[in-house]
Amino acid sequence: MSVGKQTGKASISFTDPVYIQSTASVVGPKEGDGPLKEYFDMICEDSMFGEKTWESAESTMQKEAATLAIGKAGLTPHDIRMVFAGDLLAQTIASSFGIAEMGIPFYGLYGACSTMGESLSLGAIAVSAGYGAHILCATSSHFATAEKEFRFPLGYGSQRPLSATWTVTGSGACVIGAKVPSASSFPGASPLVHANGCAAITGITTGKVIDFGFRDSLNMGGCMAPAACDTIFRNLEDFSRSPEDYDAIITGDLGMIGQHILLDLLAEKGTDISSVHQDCGLLIYDNQVQDTHSGGSGCGCAASVLTAWLLPRIASGELKRVLFVPTGAMLSKVSFNEGAPVSGIAHGIILEHIPTPCKGGKS
Amino acid sequence: MKQHANGNKTYKENQKNYVKYVNSITPTHSLPLNMIKAFLTGGLICAFGQLILNTAMTIGADRETAGNWCSLLLILISVILTGLNLYSKIGKFGGAGGLVPITGFANSVAASAIEYRAEGQVFGIGCKIFTIAGPVILYGILSSWILGVIYFIFQLVEVM
Repeated sequence: MSVGKQTGKASISFTDPVYIQSTASVVGPKEGDGPLKEYFDMICEDSMFGEKTWESAESTMQKEAATLAIGKAGLTPHDIRMVFAGDLLAQTIASSFGIAEMGIPFYGLYGACSTMGESLSLGAIAVSAGYGAHILCATSSHFATAEKEFRFPLGYGSQRPLSATWTVTGSGACVIGAKVPSASSFPGASPLVHANGCAAITGITTGKVIDFGFRDSLNMGGCMAPAACDTIFRNLEDFSRSPEDYDAIITGDLGMIGQHILLDLLAEKGTDISSVHQDCGLLIYDNQVQDTHSGGSGCGCAASVLTAWLLPRIASGELKRVLFVPTGAMLSKVSFNEGAPVSGIAHGIILEHIPTPCKGGKS
Repeated sequence: MKQHANGNKTYKENQKNYVKYVNSITPTHSLPLNMIKAFLTGGLICAFGQLILNTAMTIGADRETAGNWCSLLLILISVILTGLNLYSKIGKFGGAGGLVPITGFANSVAASAIEYRAEGQVFGIGCKIFTIAGPVILYGILSSWILGVIYFIFQLVEVM
């Protein structure tokens, strides 16, 4: 197997595509009411996911997504060589507690809301280097745990500014590997293969932490847009591509304000992505009806939109090449209270439709 | 990126420009509308308090006892509404109108108690119940102390 090669200043292109073998998404009731409701694998009407605390609820949700993804790939947890998972909680407890019961070698990640990009990048690097036939990438976020971690108790009567985003209660998981996903006789198996082909990671652009001196943690779009701009611009440069080479450039959770800033910043650099840009945070909720202000956010936002909506579209060939750019804001309650600026990070993942030989699968 | 495009400007200036630019495109709540909502919400809560006070006095309580009843009942109602997850809706609508009266204070204490209950009676509720209300208590006592000192000095001056 040939490994990938370094491309440009901060990118890797994988010589052999890293296939997405299966995907799973689990979301809460609010997301289950949103525009993407028909695409999620599981909508849990109970925000507590049958648990006693919000943190356990998030762990259970992530475990559920991981179990689903493994089952859909026609595998058991023993077949997974390692898992790259993360979430928004301090010391990433949602992931470590959720994955613990599954007995899979575990790497815990923190990339704020960009964690899905981080886990897919590291997972793809490991697969490409031949260190795992099946690797699981998963992230989650929960509205209630994020509010507790970063803001106020849920019952507190405060006003959210219009720039605020709503943390998605959701988890997304993917099994990735070097082999083309194929139909399996395993009960419940439903790998990510379409009659037309499948989806694969063909390259990545690693994000830099970008600090523009912005301090308003309730305007995440403003904190993260410069990082998304940097990663997208470097990706286009490293791969010598123009925005038209992508059917879509999909950011994680910039929301309405972040999208506006991203388009402006890129326009300033002479790049126009307005015709191909979409944002997971704007896809998952109906901002007007669901009162989510600027849009959705959180690791679970990018992860659930990717796994439920985006990857099946790439597998079917509706989208041929997509740049997926989950965005994260780097801060803690302490750094914010100490007056430190909120910096951003964005990881770029190139996802491509691979037409053949992915035949024989379910559509 | 702005700091690369305009090499002659300093990094700090570019940061300042970026913050200014973001603020210019970020929508905000309408201030006059928020003030009207706060006036209505706060006004209604206070009018309700007055109703309790007057009722207590008509049924024979003296002014001080009636005042105590007023505070107690407002706190009780606020705590119950917090438990039913309704006070957060009042706060969202009324802003400072829901925050400033005694009901807002009670809400901040009850909401913290509910949120941190899972972390235990001592380290959860015990340590964190005043997470939001704590500053109000601390600086309330501090300002009372300062006023007390001023009052004390005035008395001394008068005596002399």
